[in-house]
Amino acid sequence: MKDRESVANTIRVSFLVCLVCAVVVSTAAVSLRDLQQQNRLEFRQVNILRVAGVYEPGMDLGAAFGRIERRFVAFDTGEYVDMPADFDPLRASRDPELGRPLESDPAGIRRTARVGEVFLLRNDDDQVMRIILPVHGAGLWSTMFGFLALEPDANTIAGIGFYSHGETPGLGGEIENPRWQRLWEGRRLLDDDGNVAIRVVRGAVPEGASNEEHLVDGLTGATITSEGVNQLVRFWVGDQAFGPYLDRVREEYRGEQRAGI
Amino acid sequence: MAEPRLKDVLFQPLFNNNPIALQILGICSALAITTTVENTVVMCLAVIFVLTFSNFFISLIRSQIPTNIRIIVQMTVITSLVIVVDQFLQAYAYESSRQLSVFVGLIITNCIILGRAEAFAMSNSPVASAVDGFGNALGYSIVLLFVGVARELFGSGTLAGITILQPVAEGGWYEPNGMMLLPPSAFILIGGFIWMLRVWKPSQVEETPFRIAPNSRTAEAY
Repeated sequence: MKDRESVANTIRVSFLVCLVCAVVVSTAAVSLRDLQQQNRLEFRQVNILRVAGVYEPGMDLGAAFGRIERRFVAFDTGEYVDMPADFDPLRASRDPELGRPLESDPAGIRRTARVGEVFLLRNDDDQVMRIILPVHGAGLWSTMFGFLALEPDANTIAGIGFYSHGETPGLGGEIENPRWQRLWEGRRLLDDDGNVAIRVVRGAVPEGASNEEHLVDGLTGATITSEGVNQLVRFWVGDQAFGPYLDRVREEYRGEQRAGI
Repeated sequence: MAEPRLKDVLFQPLFNNNPIALQILGICSALAITTTVENTVVMCLAVIFVLTFSNFFISLIRSQIPTNIRIIVQMTVITSLVIVVDQFLQAYAYESSRQLSVFVGLIITNCIILGRAEAFAMSNSPVASAVDGFGNALGYSIVLLFVGVARELFGSGTLAGITILQPVAEGGWYEPNGMMLLPPSAFILIGGFIWMLRVWKPSQVEETPFRIAPNSRTAEAY
């Protein structure tokens, strides 16, 4: 009892406590890692399906996700490229070979990969119904990760969703609010001259504005988060990211429409 | 010190010495995660686990812990248990763990846990400490469940996801009370809980620390 307060005992107790705790914590972390990764993967799939508008609770994820094709797109040419299945654009963005620094960085992400992934939802006739782009960018506190779904014309927004962010609950956190996300549906990315015109405005979109189809209400009390969403959407559909790819899809789509007539 | 009776140790914290209602500890998480019953239940189970075992393990090594680093040792034990809980939730209850997000980690800073370690586990046997931890976590859970049920029922019209009061938006008659989904409503509900408890057990009513004097006359000012 007497030597409980001694320096030797202090060191001994702290060392042993740390050792035991470290073993317990790392055992838990390592043995559960596979399950956790599986959960994260499923969660991502659910979000892709949700933003594509085909998710129902309790559906068979594997079967539903089987209808979604994952392709890789080179950002500079807009062409499809082949990549290994475990290619992760986020990890690649930090790689000196696979990634690149951004010339202008409105979304606050500094680097992106040279190749991005897109998800294509096809219907039973094998036609593309939705083009789903992973997007991310800086908000007020955190990097916001989400998906943007486009109609086959690669111009009309079909849905937006965020699956990971650390914005203030109730303010910036409202980017998760389905009612706000529904405001995006039917908005158009480009104006008639082909410039990126989609914008999140401050406050509500003015009644009867001429460019109403490009505007989305901002979130009250979350100016910086709203602006972050604005910048990240504009960035990812713009020239430095999916712009060339979307141009190509639009070209093809118009060709098909003409051939159809 | 006489060994306290286990029955008292277990049941006193439920109503007579409730950690939230009488000691006013652990309010933070009670505000944050009680919007739905499901989250509340997960949180309660996590706290029951952490508090029971942190009290047990700290009591087990209490005669070895040097006084000058005792808080750090307690925190290390508590933190490890919370990380284990967090890892399990991420593996087996991913949706809940996402909704509880940072608040699972914040169990570490829940005053009840360090409070019980310091006040009880450091001076009682492991079994009594575990029972004390379990009892206090139950007391915490009772208040949380009360708040969670009230908030989900009146805020969303549902209980554990099952519609009880059909909201107007879905063709029913109930207009959901949006304030119930915001943190301040939990203050009001906890206040209501404490009020009811003190009506039932008047011994918990605190002595008025000072009497409010009648308004001073303003007549002289004119």
